[in-house]
Amino acid sequence: MAIESHNVSKRFGEFVALEDISLRVADGALTALLGPSGSGKSTLLRIIAGLETPDTGHVEIDGRDVTATPARSRGVGFVFQHYAPFKHMTVHDNVAFGLTVRKQPKDRTRARVRELLHLVRLDGLAERYPSQLSGGQLQRMALARALAPQPQVLLLDEPFGALDAQVRGELREWLRRLHEEISVTTIFVTHDQEEAMEVAQQIVVMNAGRIEQTGSPRELYESPHNEFVMSFIGPVNNFNGALLRPHDIQILPYPDDGAVEALIGRIVHLGFEVRVELTLKDGDAVWAQVTRERAQEMELEEGQILAVRIPPPRVFA
Amino acid sequence: MSSSGVLSVGPAQASPASRRGDGYAESRRVEQRARAGRLGVRVLALGYLAVLLLLPVLMVFYRTFEHGLGPVWSAITRPNAVHAFWLSIELVAIAVPLNTVFGIGAALLLERGRFRGRGLLGMLIDVPFAISPVVVGLALVLVYGNNGWLGGPLQEAGFQVIFSVPGMVLATAFVSLPFVARETIPVLRELGAEAEQAAATLGASAWQTFWRVTLPAIRWGVVYGVVLTTARALGEFGAVSIVSGRLEGQTQTLPLYVQDRFENFDTTGAYSAAVVLALLALGTLVAMNLLTRRTRAAQSQMTRDRSSRTTPERSSDAERQPVAPGEATP
Repeated sequence: MAIESHNVSKRFGEFVALEDISLRVADGALTALLGPSGSGKSTLLRIIAGLETPDTGHVEIDGRDVTATPARSRGVGFVFQHYAPFKHMTVHDNVAFGLTVRKQPKDRTRARVRELLHLVRLDGLAERYPSQLSGGQLQRMALARALAPQPQVLLLDEPFGALDAQVRGELREWLRRLHEEISVTTIFVTHDQEEAMEVAQQIVVMNAGRIEQTGSPRELYESPHNEFVMSFIGPVNNFNGALLRPHDIQILPYPDDGAVEALIGRIVHLGFEVRVELTLKDGDAVWAQVTRERAQEMELEEGQILAVRIPPPRVFA
Repeated sequence: MSSSGVLSVGPAQASPASRRGDGYAESRRVEQRARAGRLGVRVLALGYLAVLLLLPVLMVFYRTFEHGLGPVWSAITRPNAVHAFWLSIELVAIAVPLNTVFGIGAALLLERGRFRGRGLLGMLIDVPFAISPVVVGLALVLVYGNNGWLGGPLQEAGFQVIFSVPGMVLATAFVSLPFVARETIPVLRELGAEAEQAAATLGASAWQTFWRVTLPAIRWGVVYGVVLTTARALGEFGAVSIVSGRLEGQTQTLPLYVQDRFENFDTTGAYSAAVVLALLALGTLVAMNLLTRRTRAAQSQMTRDRSSRTTPERSSDAERQPVAPGEATP
């Protein structure tokens, strides 16, 4: 189901959380709302879910204006950052909640819960309590619970924020595959650009209550509309007030026309990628990104003086 | 610099044995002083409690059973005593449920609601803590008495408030009003609104959310509040004393009966009824203590939940040993 917001604004006292947000998320898409904290991304998600009311504007789900519809009638599955488990209920009862409040027959509920627990790989944990689960398991329980009433839309607020790096990596991959399997329109909120790039088909970059740019991960990386998007998506060098991608800085084996003399300050080996920190002749500091092979080939060393070619910086309208 | 270093080392080097002795004696002295301090505080606290609480209560028990069980039994089975006992129970049975419903409602309004006058409601709830029960009694007489604002019309409608049970229920409910709300509010705050919002997105109505999600999570706070309300309602003297008119065998609660017997030099009657009252109160206290212990256990489990969530998981999260199976069962 497509989700649309039209001119949505929201203030909390003096603080402007959202300003005139218009957004369209296509049916079945997997979209990330990406931005720094305080950019309004969670507020937008909560407005779509019906957990907050916009001051102005309206929200449509599947072409239907739901601005005045309470959260419980929107057909939206919501996964909270801290999972919001019902602590006094077993995993089974947590997942079954959305079905029991709709008075579904017991045997059908039971079958559906079993199916969902299998989908989120929690088979055999149905009788445990939330306090007996790890963070990653709680996360998946919350997801199964949100999916149980077969929502038209799935919303996730910082779904991997409270997990450690390894579990987060596993769950990202798994969420993407799950989305392919059940293809429900999904929006998730994140402040981690890598997470957004890896999981989402479409990214909405937000800043200070506004949408800066919407596009595929590749579009955002290759043609950012402004400096904010460029510096938020992917690494950048700030050179004479302009932004440069580190992999656009060329290290040359010999001096050349238009090249600048530079001193290697530090070399950081990050596996395949090697980060070369440089001080240019006029004192500016930049860093260049090269592959491991290239660094070996050129026999780069700390303290070495060589030449670099700086490409013309990107100019934003 | 080096000379001062030598100087400071000097005396110690002169007699290492004495230094060790000094140090040892010094640390012993410090420890003794600390122990004496701890002991002093303990004696002071227990002494204070003994003089203020334990001794008087024990004396009541002692004086009551001085001449054996016989006189006590006949004193507490007197019709007026039995009537006072049941009247007290009746007041508790009406006032406590009323205040429980109000207390939970007020706590939810204060913690979850967004409306003007929230601060005022929070303050009003505490009024019974601040105002002397005697004042409460007088105020109720002013409003509900025969010449009172509401009392006159009610009287004409054949409904007697002052000098009868309704007025006593009002007085009892008034003085025991804050407990449930005050015990429930911190639990609600601690709980946060997320679980309730999750229930809403899952399709639960407000009513379903309350019964299935909120109430189970706050139940120990509510129960604790109910116990305190009961104890307070049972023991109320001042407000009820004024509102009731203290009619023997009609509007005399157990505390009023004790006072009445005492004033009439019927010490056996007074002490016997006092013991019944004390036992009722002690019973509530014991219940409260047992419940507090359970609440603490539940709370420590909640903290465990939180820490298990924030601690990064090292291994793949699929395997983690469960806690002892019984522990999570509510």
